[in-house]
Amino acid sequence: MRLATAANEAYTAPLAVSELLGCKQCGGGPDHDEELGIRIPRPLGQGPSRFIPEKEILQVGSEDAQMHALFADSFAALGRLDNITLVMVFHPQYLESFLKTQHYLLQMDGPLPLHYRHYIGIMAAARHQCSYLVNLHVNDFLHVGGDPKWLNGLENAPQKLQNLGELNKVLAHRPWLITKEHIEGLLKAEEHSWSLAELVHAVVLLTHYHSLASFTFGCGISPEIHCDGGHTFRPPSVSNYCICDITNGNHSVDEMPVNSAENVSVSDSFFEVEALMEKMRQLQECRDEEEASQEEMASRFEIEKRESMFVFSSDDDEVTPARDVSRHFEDTSYGYKDFSRHGMHVPTFRVQDYCWEDHGYSLVNRLYPDVGQLIDEKFHIAYNLTYNTMAMHKDVDTSMLRRAIWNYIHCMFGIRYDDYDYGEINQLLDRSFKVYIKTVVCTPEKVTKRMYESFWRQFKHSEKVHVNLLLIEARMQAELLYALRAITRYMT
Amino acid sequence: MEKMSRVTTALGGSVLTGRTMHCHLDAPANAISVCRDAAQVVVAGRSIFKIYAIEEEQFVEKLNLRVGRKPSLNLSCADVVWHQMDENLLATAATNGVVVTWNLGRPSRNKQDQLFTEHKRTVNKVCFHPTEAHVLLSGSQDGFMKCFDLRRKDSVSTFSVLSCCILRMHHSFAQGPMQDAESRANEAWEYVLKTTWRPAPGPRLLWRLRVAAFLGRSWGCPVYPLGLCSGPQAGQSESVRDVQFSIRDYFTFASTFENGNVQLWDIRRPDRCERMFTAHNGPVFCCDWHPEDRGWLATGGRDKMVKVWDMTTHRAKEMHCVQTIASVARVKWRPECRHHLATCSMMVDHNIYVWDVRRPFVPAAMFEEHRDVTTGIAWRHPHDPSFLLSGSKDSSLCQHLFRDASQPVERANPEGLCYGLFGDLAFAAKESLVAAESGRKPYTGDRRHPIFFKRKLDPAEPFAGLASSALSVFETEPGGGGMRWFVDTAERYALAGRPLAELCDHNAKVARELGRNQVAQTWTMLRIIYCSPGLVPTANLNHSVGKGGSCGLPLMNSFNLKDMAPGLGSEARLDRSKGDARSDTVLLDSSATLITNEDNEETEGSDVPADYLLGDVEGEEDELYLLDPEHAHPEEPECVLPQEAFPLRHEIVDTPPGPEHLQDKADSPHVSGSEADVASLAPVDSCFSLLSVSHALYDSRLPPDFFSVLVRDMLHFYAEQGDVQMAVSVLIILGERVRKDIDEQTQEHWYTSYIDLLQRFRLWNVSNEVVKLSTSRAVSCLNQASTTLHVNCSHCKRPMSSRGWVCDRCHRCASMCAVCHHVVKGLFVWCQGCSHGGHLQHIMKWLEGSSHCPAGCGHLCEYS
Repeated sequence: MRLATAANEAYTAPLAVSELLGCKQCGGGPDHDEELGIRIPRPLGQGPSRFIPEKEILQVGSEDAQMHALFADSFAALGRLDNITLVMVFHPQYLESFLKTQHYLLQMDGPLPLHYRHYIGIMAAARHQCSYLVNLHVNDFLHVGGDPKWLNGLENAPQKLQNLGELNKVLAHRPWLITKEHIEGLLKAEEHSWSLAELVHAVVLLTHYHSLASFTFGCGISPEIHCDGGHTFRPPSVSNYCICDITNGNHSVDEMPVNSAENVSVSDSFFEVEALMEKMRQLQECRDEEEASQEEMASRFEIEKRESMFVFSSDDDEVTPARDVSRHFEDTSYGYKDFSRHGMHVPTFRVQDYCWEDHGYSLVNRLYPDVGQLIDEKFHIAYNLTYNTMAMHKDVDTSMLRRAIWNYIHCMFGIRYDDYDYGEINQLLDRSFKVYIKTVVCTPEKVTKRMYESFWRQFKHSEKVHVNLLLIEARMQAELLYALRAITRYMT
Repeated sequence: MEKMSRVTTALGGSVLTGRTMHCHLDAPANAISVCRDAAQVVVAGRSIFKIYAIEEEQFVEKLNLRVGRKPSLNLSCADVVWHQMDENLLATAATNGVVVTWNLGRPSRNKQDQLFTEHKRTVNKVCFHPTEAHVLLSGSQDGFMKCFDLRRKDSVSTFSVLSCCILRMHHSFAQGPMQDAESRANEAWEYVLKTTWRPAPGPRLLWRLRVAAFLGRSWGCPVYPLGLCSGPQAGQSESVRDVQFSIRDYFTFASTFENGNVQLWDIRRPDRCERMFTAHNGPVFCCDWHPEDRGWLATGGRDKMVKVWDMTTHRAKEMHCVQTIASVARVKWRPECRHHLATCSMMVDHNIYVWDVRRPFVPAAMFEEHRDVTTGIAWRHPHDPSFLLSGSKDSSLCQHLFRDASQPVERANPEGLCYGLFGDLAFAAKESLVAAESGRKPYTGDRRHPIFFKRKLDPAEPFAGLASSALSVFETEPGGGGMRWFVDTAERYALAGRPLAELCDHNAKVARELGRNQVAQTWTMLRIIYCSPGLVPTANLNHSVGKGGSCGLPLMNSFNLKDMAPGLGSEARLDRSKGDARSDTVLLDSSATLITNEDNEETEGSDVPADYLLGDVEGEEDELYLLDPEHAHPEEPECVLPQEAFPLRHEIVDTPPGPEHLQDKADSPHVSGSEADVASLAPVDSCFSLLSVSHALYDSRLPPDFFSVLVRDMLHFYAEQGDVQMAVSVLIILGERVRKDIDEQTQEHWYTSYIDLLQRFRLWNVSNEVVKLSTSRAVSCLNQASTTLHVNCSHCKRPMSSRGWVCDRCHRCASMCAVCHHVVKGLFVWCQGCSHGGHLQHIMKWLEGSSHCPAGCGHLCEYS
C-alpha cells in the first residue's frame, strides 16, 4: 500500500525527488513525464543490498517472532520496511536499539520541528552523496509539511539551517577541527541562533546520518523501489542493471569473475581465518611477557595514525559529485583529509580525558533528555555484540578483534586510548580490511563491491554486516565526541 | 578569594589554620589526596604530579614527582592516593593500566618505587588499606580488582565480576530442579576446556572455573559459568569505577561498576563477593564509607544521584537519596558531621556541594570557586569539618573554608499553600519572610488568622534556624456554615425533567431560601430571557428583584458576610495567635514571638471576595444596568423597594477589574474602607436599575439570542468567582441555547471542576446526574469507565471472567432461570433470602401468582 502512494508521489512531484539524484539513467527523469498512461515501476531485482545475494538475506515472512516484532515496529514508525532494516535484521538485537533511537530522533519529542529533522538528515546524507537516504528523507520531509523550495539547495533554507552547513561539513570529514568557535557561531547568531538543546539534537542527527550513510554504502544498500534508482519503467528485457553501477564497478556482470576468483582463493582465504585466529591466540598469550616501552607504545599509535592515511585505494582522484545532490552542500571540494598530510598538526584526542560514558552521555542527556540513554545503549550493543563465531569457527572470543576495529576507527579520527597497544591493530587487520574500513568510514561513496568482497573472504555476510555496525557506531561516537567536547568547552 | 576569614582549629596537638585560597597548577588535575599530617596535598593529572604544602596564606609547591625527560604514560595519572599511615607512601593509577607506588623517602630525584603492570586497561582507582601498611587495592576498566602486597612484585589476589557469576549460578541452580544437574555440569566442564585460551577471564579465573565445574560435577551440584555462556555478554566484564576499603571492617572493601552494581568483598575471599546489589541506573562513579557509622556507604552515579546504603542489614538498604543536577564524580563524607557529604560532578556543573543527606533537595553548602569541572575533593583532616581541598580541570587547586561557603538555603524562599475543602487556606512560609512582610504592611495581620506556628524539628545542626517556618491557616468563620450552601444547592437544584421556566423558578427559589439572592435573581432573569413572557408571575419577579440588590456571592459563605456587614469597621476581633520565631543559632531553643493577627470574617484572607465586594460587578449586570434608563425607569416605579431593608454591600459602578485596581483594594485593611462610596452610590442606582429589567425585555421583544452574549459573560463570571456550580447548572438547564457560545474546553473544565467538587463533598448522586446530563463527551464518558462487575460462578466460586453466564473452569452454565430453566443472559434477578432467581420477567410474573420461590425451596420470596 505504501508502495502505491510512494509511486504516486514520485509521479506528482517528480521535480523534487528525481532531480536530487545523479543517477538519471535508471530513474524517472523529467523526460518520462511526457509519456502518457500509467507506468508501472518494476523493482531492479537485486534485493535490499547490491553486495549481498538476495538469497542470503532474510526473506520477509520467514522471520521469527522477535524479528517480526521488529519489522512491525519499523513499519509502524516509518511507514515502510526499508532496505536498511532488511539488512540490519541480521542482528536483531542491534536493530531494535537502532530503530528505537531513530524513531525517537525523528518522531518523538525534541527541540527541533519535524521538518527540520528530516532536512538535517538530508543535509548530512548529502555530504556523502548518499542518494538513498536523501531520497527517503525528501519524501518524509515533504510528508511532514516541509517547504519544497528548501530542497532546491541549502541557500533556499532558512538562515538558521544554512549556518549549520559548516558544522555539517567539518563534522562529516574532519571532526577534529571542530572548535568552540564553531559552536559559538551557531549559538550566537542573533535571530538565527540555535539553542543548546536544538544544537545537540542537530548534532546527534548529523552524526547519525553521516554514519548511516557509511552503512548504506558499506553494505551496498539498494535504492527503495519508490525512489529513483530503485525501479525501472522499462520492460525487464531491456536492461536490468543500473548504469551507475557499472561506473562504480558494481554491476551484476561483475559477479562472475569475482566468484571464480573466490573459488581459486578458497584455500587461501581459509588460511586467512586460521591465521587471524592464530594471531589472536598469540597476542593473548604473549601479552604478559612482552612489554613494550612507553615510547614504543606512543609511536605505535602515531604509526597507525599515519599509516591509516595511506591505506586508501589507488583511485584517490577527486570524483566530482553529481550536480543534483551537490546543491545541499556548497563546498564539494571539502572532503576527508588526513591529519598531517597538509602539514597541520592536530593534538591527539585522549579518550581518558573526554569519553562518551562519562562526559558525552551526561551532556547529551542533559540537553536532550533520554537520547543519551538510547545512544549509550546502541553503542553498548554494537560494541559488545558477538556470537562467538568467526567464519566457520565457533566459541571464539572476538572481543580483541572487535576492540581492534573500534580503536582503529577512532585512531583514524585521532582519538587515542592510553591503555591500548596499537600494535595489535597491525597484527589483526590486514590491508584489504583496512582499505575497506577507511573507505567506509571516511569516504563511503567510494566503496565498491570489489572492496566489500576482497576483505575477510571466508566470513559470512552477517559478519560483514556486523563489522559495518561496528564501523558506523565507532564513527558516530568519534564525531559525537569531537562535537560534544566543543560544546562542553563552549559552556565552560 | 576576597572573603578572608581565617579558621584555626586545634586537633589533637596539631593546629590547622588557613583561609579560602587557591593556586594555579600548570595542568588540569584528575585527582588529589591529602597527607596524613594535613599539611601537604598531592595533585595528579595527565601531565601534572606535584606535592604542595598547605601553608596559612598559600599553597607552596614542594615537590614535582614528574621527572625524566620523556614523561611516559605511566605518569599520566587517573587517580592518586596518599597512605594514611605512612607519610612517604603514595600510589597512582595510570591511564595505561599501570599502578605505580612512590616512596618519598628515596634519596634520588626519582621517587618511583614499584610498578605493577597487571591491568590491561586504564586503572580508575587505587586505594590503600586504612590501617595495613602494605596493602594496596586497584580497580580497572578491564573489570578486575587487584590487591597488591607492596613487599611483593605482583598482586596477591584478583577479584572479578566473573567469579561472582559462578557463585550466583551455584546458588540459583542448587535451589532449582536437579534432574539435569549432571549434564549441565558436564556441559560447563566441556565449555571451560574448550575455551582455555579465552583472553578475557585471565588464567587465574579459568583455573577457578575449572575447579568450580569439577566440584560441581563431583558434588552433583551444578555450577555453570553464567558469565561465560550467556551469549553476547560472554567474556565481557564490567569496568570497575571505584574501590574503597571499609574503614571499620578490616577485611571488607566495596567496589562499584559501570553497569550500576556495587559489590562487597572480603579481601581473604577472592573467589566470590560477599554481596552484590544494583545501586544506580548507569555507571556508579564513586563510593565512600562513612568514617564513623559502620556499614554506611555512599555511592554516586551517572544517574545524578547520591545514595546512602546501610550494609549492616541482611539486604543493603537505601537510607537516603540525594538528587543532584549532574552526574556525581566524587563523594566524600564530611568529618565530624554525621549526615554531611561533599560531592562534585563529572560534567557541566562546576560547583562542589555539601549535602545534608536528610535534606536532599537543597545543598547545605556550595563552593563556587572553580571555573571548570571539579575532579578531586578531599577533606583536609579526618577530624576537621571546615577545610575542604579540591582540584579541578581548570588547573587550579583550592582550599575551601566551610565558613565561606555560600548557602543556597539562605536564598531560598520556601512557601506552601493549600486550600481545604471548606474554604480554609493554609500557608506556610519562612518565618523571616513573614516577619519582613508584616513589617512592611502593618495591616497584613488583619487578613491573617494563624492558628498555630509549627516548627520543623531541625535535623541539621548549623542550619537549624533556616528550617523553621511559619504556618498560617485562614479559616472561614466557624458556625458560619462554610460550604453548606454549596451542598444544599447541589442537592436541591433541579436540572432536568421539567420545562425550563419551572426549573428556573425552582432553582431561584432554592437559591433564595439559601439566602443567595443574586443567584436567585439570575435564575429569574434567565427565565425571563428564555421563556415566553406570559409566564412571568409579577409578584415573584418583584420579590426576587428586590432582593437582588445585595452583594455578589463569592465562593465562601456569602450570607454570613452580608449579615456581618454593619459591624464591619468596628468589630474586627483580635485573635490571639502563637508563633515561634527561631533564631539561627543552635542553642537558642525557642523564643516565642507573638504575632498578632486580626481576624476579619468578611474578607477571610482571600483576595477574591474582598475584591468582589468592592464593586466589580459582572458584565451581565453592568450591561443590564446600561440597558435600563430608556425603557424601564418610567414604567415600573411602584416596584421601588425601601433601600434600608438591605445592607447594600456593593455599589454598581462601572469599574473594570484592572489588575492595579485589584491590587489596591485587596490590600486595604477592611472592605469597609469603601463604605462611604456604597452609601452614596447605592441608593441612586441599584434598585431602580434592577427592578426595571423584566419589562424592558418583555416590551422590546428582543430575541433570546440577543442575550446569549450576556449569558455567556454571566457564566464566565460565576465560574471565575469560583461558583462553578452556577455555571454548570445554567449550562445544563439552558442546554443548546448557550452551549454554542462557549468553547468546548471551557465547558469541560467547568464540568470537571464541578464534578470534582461534588465528589469531594460526597454528593455522588448529584455528581452522577451532572455527568449524565453533560453534553461534553469527555465528561459523559466518565460514567462509562469501570462499569464491569464480575460475578462468581455458583459452582466453583471463582470469578467468571469472559462471559457472565458460563464458567470457564467448570464449563457449566452458572445462572439458570428458576422458572424456565434456561440460561439467563440478560437481567438476572434473584432473591436475597434463598438466592434463587432467573429472568426478570419470569420472576415478576411468577411472584404475581405465587409467593413461594419458583425453585421450590419453600422460601417466601419477596419482589419489590
